[in-house]
Amino acid sequence: MSETVESVSALIIQKLLANPKVPRDIDGNCKIMEDLAFDSLAVMNFVMEVEDSLDVSVPLDKLADIRTINDLAACIVDLKNKG
Amino acid sequence: MTSLFSKFEGLASALGSVVAAGGRNPFAVVIEKPLSSTVGIIEGRETLLFGTNNYLGLSQSERAIKAAQTAAATCGVGTTGSRIANGTQSLHRHLERKIADFFKRRDAMVFSTGYQANLGMISALAGKDDYLILDADSHASIYDGSRLSAAQVIRFRHNSPDDLYKRLKRLDAPNSAKLIVVEGIYSMTGNVAPMAEFAAVKRETDAYLMVDEAHSFGVLGENGRGAAEAEGVEADVDFIVGTFSKSLGTVGGYCVSDHPELEFVRLNCRPYMFTASLPPEVIAATGAALEDMIAQPELRRQLMDNAAHLHAGFTGLGLNASKRVSPVIAVTLETVEQAIPMWNRLLELGVYVNLSLPPATPDSRPLLRCSVMATHTTEQIDQALAIFGQAAMECGVPLQPQGA
Repeated sequence: MSETVESVSALIIQKLLANPKVPRDIDGNCKIMEDLAFDSLAVMNFVMEVEDSLDVSVPLDKLADIRTINDLAACIVDLKNKG
Repeated sequence: MTSLFSKFEGLASALGSVVAAGGRNPFAVVIEKPLSSTVGIIEGRETLLFGTNNYLGLSQSERAIKAAQTAAATCGVGTTGSRIANGTQSLHRHLERKIADFFKRRDAMVFSTGYQANLGMISALAGKDDYLILDADSHASIYDGSRLSAAQVIRFRHNSPDDLYKRLKRLDAPNSAKLIVVEGIYSMTGNVAPMAEFAAVKRETDAYLMVDEAHSFGVLGENGRGAAEAEGVEADVDFIVGTFSKSLGTVGGYCVSDHPELEFVRLNCRPYMFTASLPPEVIAATGAALEDMIAQPELRRQLMDNAAHLHAGFTGLGLNASKRVSPVIAVTLETVEQAIPMWNRLLELGVYVNLSLPPATPDSRPLLRCSVMATHTTEQIDQALAIFGQAAMECGVPLQPQGA
């Protein structure tokens, strides 16, 4: 229950870097679709992996507002705090 | 001025590459004339049709053609209105009764397309305090229905009852209704849903269950009622949706249910209310095709025999076909650079299949998607297999025959 935007963002980056196609120099401000060249399906599948690591579910409508890695991290922290 | 069309630049460039790699636009194929359910004229040539979803061949049903002719002659060619205004003729109510009786359900709603059936049912049923739990590989109509609803939407891993259970348990929402949506047969891969296990999860989690039997209606189950019938769990399914445009060979969608509230869904369902109803000739042809399907259970057996024959042939050639035999058999290739020339060569040699490119495929690999028909002859299937073998060789697609 102690996740912060920084810690979740770091975990997301770590997971992204496990994919060799992702650029090595990403940070929390990277835009997931534009900078990482993820299509909408790839984003949804990636979010599913993050959900399982953090035991949280991110409803699809929330994804519409998420552009950067930090946006996703903030959304997850918010959902965890509500839970 | 900002162009409205700048968003299409990526698409235009991708399409340009696809056309350049194969010589034609795979998404603009014209069937100049269907000669039968299994053969059509494409580019002036007689072509075997292995990508039309016309599982029982009923698009060419004599009974349906005659019913359509009679209905058009007696009722006209259109209803010019919505189901809730002037667009319901007695033909529409009769068809709903027939569909409900076929599924042994209390009531049925008939929609103008299968797409609208999913769009309409999902958006009408799931409100803003509810949860929709979708299989990750769901059809676009299910995703679009969930967007049209105001519900919270959660995906679970494709065909995984354990993942579904985990995600339902993770929801801490005792006051929210939960609707699970799965498909009987998945249209791109031919994967069949583990319905008995999904039904068990549904019972344990107090959720509702909707099954889209679009590709399994008329195909799976002793009576053709789909994947839920095949696994003996129809009682656990709250809503079955489907389409007439596959096994019945016409067009239109439906939902059947035992819930009496279906009557109110009719008045809270935008894709049902704000569109014209199906014309009399389509309704009549659909009813007649359903009678054909019921009267000829041997079509279903022939379909599965044909599917097994094609599947065994692909495996024998060393192509990577779907694991389970179903009337949708996807041949997976490793790269788009292999798939585009091979699809083009198949068409030139006289076989039409569907080319599916990522991201419209589940695992980022391209598919040559085939659909089998009850009306394919053994000779037609063997001919298609020979052409697949030739095209694969000419296009340098690596083959790994079974046992290799």
